[in-house]
Amino acid sequence: MSDVLVVAEHRRGELRDVSYELLTAGRELADSTGGDVHAAVISGDVDSYAEDLNREGVDAVHTVEYGEEFNHGVYTQAVEQLADEIDAQYVVAGNTVNGLDFVPAVAERLDLPLVTDAVAFETGDGLSVIRELYSGKTEGTVEVDSEEAFVTVRPGEWPAAEGTGDAAIEAFDADIDESELDTTVNGFEEVGSGDVDITEADVLVSVGRGIEEEDNLPIIHELADALGATVSASRPIVDNGWLGQERQVGQSGKKVTPDIYIAIGISGAVQHVAGMKGADTIIAINNDPSAPIYDIADYGIVDDLFDVVPALTEEFGG
Amino acid sequence: MKILVTVTEVADADDEFEISGTSIADQYLTYDLNEWDDYAIEEAVQLSEEHDDIEVVTVTFGAERVEETIRTALAKGADRAIRVWDDSFEGKTILDPSQKAELLAGVVEEEEPDLVLSGVQSGDVAIGATGVALAEKIGYEWAAVVNQLDLDRDSGVASVHRELEGGVEELTDVEPPAVLTIQTGINEPRYASLRGIRQAQSKPLDVVSPDDLGVELEESAIELTELVEPESESDTELFEGSPEETAGQLAEFLREQGVGA
Repeated sequence: MSDVLVVAEHRRGELRDVSYELLTAGRELADSTGGDVHAAVISGDVDSYAEDLNREGVDAVHTVEYGEEFNHGVYTQAVEQLADEIDAQYVVAGNTVNGLDFVPAVAERLDLPLVTDAVAFETGDGLSVIRELYSGKTEGTVEVDSEEAFVTVRPGEWPAAEGTGDAAIEAFDADIDESELDTTVNGFEEVGSGDVDITEADVLVSVGRGIEEEDNLPIIHELADALGATVSASRPIVDNGWLGQERQVGQSGKKVTPDIYIAIGISGAVQHVAGMKGADTIIAINNDPSAPIYDIADYGIVDDLFDVVPALTEEFGG
Repeated sequence: MKILVTVTEVADADDEFEISGTSIADQYLTYDLNEWDDYAIEEAVQLSEEHDDIEVVTVTFGAERVEETIRTALAKGADRAIRVWDDSFEGKTILDPSQKAELLAGVVEEEEPDLVLSGVQSGDVAIGATGVALAEKIGYEWAAVVNQLDLDRDSGVASVHRELEGGVEELTDVEPPAVLTIQTGINEPRYASLRGIRQAQSKPLDVVSPDDLGVELEESAIELTELVEPESESDTELFEGSPEETAGQLAEFLREQGVGA
């Protein structure tokens, strides 16, 4: 019992990027236990996924043919059986919407501890998981006092595994009890398609919670107009219905890569940063100098946005 | 029909704070209703307004202090509340989703709700696993990260949208009894009305101990052993001066980049 099981993630015919990151995280754990890295890929075109998952550091890929898309009942049963089959010490999955839809159930079934949203590991004498607490303001060390454990890891924290490995690709004949599958996935719906495509914009003026009220939004639109930029937003603005979903930047919204991204009143939560860190130049206007947005901003103005934004608009004749 | 809503009080840290042991020192913390749970309460209350026979019960784990937050939930329209507590938990932060689920499971077994609505995560510790762990423990179906819920009373099916990453939603049918974890944005949470606040004072709020529920927590294998403030990785070039001056410097930079030309 020293092997690590990594559960890959795919959607609509493609492996998700996080799958390759999980392989790296799994390798890190396996190096500490002296075990092998096993990847599991469940449902869909598993043979083609298995070839993609055969990267450096991967010792085995187990394919479970059953249905097309993620179903938590299928994943729960298959992972429970696979973990048992290979006698896994650690099971690693993505801290993603689907990861969090099945991992807690498997951990519960096997009565094993689960630590979610890992950003780093400390290995050696057992496992400690580093994760954020208090909205990213602090980082905690969570010690796992158990031989075996489940961990979900935050996307974007480990580099993707590369190269081609010499993993054995094996079909795993999971025994799926269909009477347990009381949840039916009927399909997908794209949201946030509108007239505006923020992914195409060269310059984005992006607004967050700091704007406080819907009535304050005009200063953002005026700045965008003066700059010839497009307005985008962080989640709370869209949750409040002040701007449409098509303008939401972040993990659950759009991933944008403009030349210039001006974040106004945006704290820079990890879910937001996931959607905009690919911008060439990031400019933050936020009166809290300790806001995480300043961890990635190239330029910044630590001041009241209600003073700075109108002044900037004026500079451009607005 | 009964809906149980899990309501958590979360701690929000000031911009400047100090760490004491493995926690942020209390004087830098503000306690409030967990944002995700606010949406879960609203969803349950809206359902109870559509259907006369739906009772909304909240369950909260916490010391007496959390009753203020519980009253907020009652003021927003929940019918009654349960607080689970035992002084032996004083000063402890439960990080183990299985332990949280165990405590909630005791209440579920007592109340036998048709639906359990639970925020996707709590804003402070952000574990995001309690709802699904609870569902597995009590043998309910579940769906995580729900941002639309249509309950068909005739067929008994809950049709939900699960908010996946990248602007895609999964359309899923769940057969209650079920636990649904509720994402922000699913509705527009109301503010408590004055009338609601008055009524909340007389709504039942029962306090039970894990013992009463027949729950005995095993020692958790998970322990927070260290808490630190991460070093800032910032190498942001800051523009300094009055708003006019900083705006002027930023404007100059933007023009150099060809913006607004």
